[in-house]
Amino acid sequence: MVSDSFAIRTEDLRRVFRAKRREAKGEKREVVALDGVSFSVDRGELFGVLGPNGAGKTTTIKILATLLSPTSGRAWVAGLDVTTDSKAVRHHIGMVSGGETSGYGLLTIEENLWMFSQFYGIETNVARKRIQELLAVVGLADRSRTKIYHLSTGMRQKMNFVRGFLTEPEILFLDEPTLGLDVQTAHTLRGFVSGWLAEHRDRTILLTTHAMHEADELCSRVAIIDKGRILACDAPGVLKRELQRDAIFRLRIADLGDARAAVGAQPGVSRFTQTRSDDGLNVDAILTSDGALTGVLGSVQAAGGRLLSLEKREPTLEDVFLHVVGHGFDDEAREGGSE
Amino acid sequence: MAMERRRGVTWRSFRTATWLGWQIESNWADPFVFAIYSLVKPLSGALILVFMYAVIAKDGLGSPLFPGVFVGNALFIYVPAVLAGISWTIMDDREHYGMLKYVYAAPVNVLAYLIGRGVAKALVATVAVVLTLLLGTLALGVPIRFAAIDWPLVAAALVLGSAMLALFGILLGAVTMVTARHNYGVGEAVAGGLYLLCGVVFPLDTLPPWLAAVGRALPITYWLEAFRRALLGQSAASFAGLSDVALVGIIAGSSVVLAALATVCFRLAERRARAKGLLDMQTMY
Ligand SMILES: Nc1ncnc2c1ncn2[C@@H]1O[C@H](COP(=O)(O)OP(=O)(O)OP(=O)(O)O)[C@@H](O)[C@H]1O
Ligand SMILES: [Mg+2]
Repeated sequence: MVSDSFAIRTEDLRRVFRAKRREAKGEKREVVALDGVSFSVDRGELFGVLGPNGAGKTTTIKILATLLSPTSGRAWVAGLDVTTDSKAVRHHIGMVSGGETSGYGLLTIEENLWMFSQFYGIETNVARKRIQELLAVVGLADRSRTKIYHLSTGMRQKMNFVRGFLTEPEILFLDEPTLGLDVQTAHTLRGFVSGWLAEHRDRTILLTTHAMHEADELCSRVAIIDKGRILACDAPGVLKRELQRDAIFRLRIADLGDARAAVGAQPGVSRFTQTRSDDGLNVDAILTSDGALTGVLGSVQAAGGRLLSLEKREPTLEDVFLHVVGHGFDDEAREGGSE
Repeated sequence: MAMERRRGVTWRSFRTATWLGWQIESNWADPFVFAIYSLVKPLSGALILVFMYAVIAKDGLGSPLFPGVFVGNALFIYVPAVLAGISWTIMDDREHYGMLKYVYAAPVNVLAYLIGRGVAKALVATVAVVLTLLLGTLALGVPIRFAAIDWPLVAAALVLGSAMLALFGILLGAVTMVTARHNYGVGEAVAGGLYLLCGVVFPLDTLPPWLAAVGRALPITYWLEAFRRALLGQSAASFAGLSDVALVGIIAGSSVVLAALATVCFRLAERRARAKGLLDMQTMY
C-alpha cells in the first residue's frame, strides 16, 4: 500500500481529452494533455511545475487531487494510488486554484471557511483561531463577516488561499495561487508559503505558476513541462548553472518594430524573446558564444534600430525556460490573450 | 479504525451539508424572496387545485375525493423540493458556486453530503406543507382533526419518505452529474411526471390502466396514501385492501431497493465524471 516515502510520485502519466464530434468541427478531436509524465516529490519539498498555457499543469494537479482519472499511467499521493484509493487520498490533500471565484455567495468569509474545516473534523475553536490568523495574513481580517457575493475577485481568491492552508494538509496543490492578485499581496503570499513550509517541515507543496521569479524564489525543484511532457526537472540553481556556458544578453533597442529578423534569425542566436516597452524593444537573447554578438549588433543597426543599452547577465529561470521550451512565457501569454 | 473513520466522515459530511443547505435555503436575509419561493409558490399550487375542483368537479369542494387529493397535493410539495433539489445541488455546487471539486477533493462522503442538503430542502418545504394543510383544514373544510391523527404512521411515513425521496434525488443526481450543459430541468420534469402518475390529482383508478400500473409501481404513491390514512383516516379506493403495516412495508422495502440502485448509479456516475473531467465542469453560455 504505502509504496514509498515520496509525497507524490507519477509514472508515465497520460491524459487524453476527446472533444465531442460536433464541437470539434475542423479542430483536432483529441488533445493529449499529458504525454508520459513521470516525476516524484519528496516530503517537505516545495515542487514547482512550470509551463506555458495548455502545457498540462492543471491537468496534472487534477489527477493528483483525484478529480480526474488518468487515461493511462499511475500516480501516488501520500503513498496511495489516486485512482484506486481516491477516498483515502482525500484525507491527505488540499487544493487551491488561482483565478477562481468559487464560494457560497450567501455565506460570509468566516462561515465558508468554517464550513470547510468541518469536513475535516477540525474543532470549531481551533478552526476559528486559524481562520483569524490566516485572514490576517491575506489582509482580510476585517472582512470576515462579509458575504462572499460582496467580495472582489481578488478577495475571493485570497479566501480560497486561506481555505487551502486552513486544514493544514499533508500535501497541498497550489495551481497558480497568485494569479490575478496585486503585486503586494502576491509577495506577501509567497513569503507566507515559504514560512509555512519552514514551520511545517513534514508538509509538501506542489505549485504551478507562470511567475518565474516566484518559482525561483520558492521552489526546491522545478519541472518544466510543455505539451504534456517534462522537458527538464531539477533545482532552479542547477538548471541555471547548465546555461552558464551560454552568453545571455539583454538589449534595449529603439526604432525597431520587430527583432525577429534582426536578432532572432542571426547566426549564433539560439533563443530570443522580445517585449515592447515605452521607449522601444527589450530583447533577451541567448547566444552560443560572445562572438555572435557582433553580428547581432550589426544587423540591428542595418535594420534601422538604435541600441539604447546592452547588458550581459547571469542566467535566470526564465532563460532556462526559454532555452528548454524554445519560446518565452510572455510570447505565449500574449498569443493566448491571457494575462 | 477505518470503519470508525468512515463513520466520522459520513456524519460530518451530513451535518455540515445540512447546515450549509439551511443557510442557503432559508435565506432569511431576504424574507421576501424566501416567502415567494418557499411559501407562495406551493400555496398557490394548492389554490389552483381548489379552484379546479370548485369549477370542474360535480360536487365542488364537497366532492368526496377532495380531501384526499388536497392532502396528497400538500405532501407532494416535498417531492420536487427534495428530489429536484438534490440534483440542483450538484448543478449549483458545480457550476454556480464552483465548489463541487473542492467538496470532492476533501474527505467528504458525497452521498451523505447530498442527503444533508436534501434534508435542508425538506425542512424548508415542511413550512409550506404545514401551512397548506392548515389552510385546507381551517378554510376549505378538509377534515383533519388533530386528535384523530395517526402519529406513528405520520412519523413512519415522514422518516421513510424522506429517505426514499432523497434516494430518488440521488438517482437523478447521478444523471445530472454526467449530463453536460446546464440541466436544471431534469428534476423538475421528473417531479412533474410523478405528480401525474402517483395519484396526486387523479386517483389511480381514474387513470388509463397502463398509467395506473406505472403509478402502482412507484413508492411515492404509497407514501402519499400513508399520509391520507394518517391525517384523514380514509384511503383511496384502490388501496383499501392494503393494511397500514403492508403500506409502510412497501415504502421501506422500496427504499432499500432504491438505496442499492441509487448508490450503484451514483458511483458509476462519479467514475464517469472523473474519467471525463466533469467534476469541475463550467458551462459557458
Ligand atoms: N476538460 C477538458 N476538455 C478538453 N480539453 C481539455 C480539458 N481540460 C484541459 N484540456 C486541454 O488539455 C491541455 C492542458 O490543459 P491544462 O489546463 O492542463 O493546461 P495548463 O498547463 O494548466 O495551462 P494554463 O497555464 O493555461 O493554466 C490543453 O490543451 C487543454 O485545452
Ligand atoms: Mg492551468
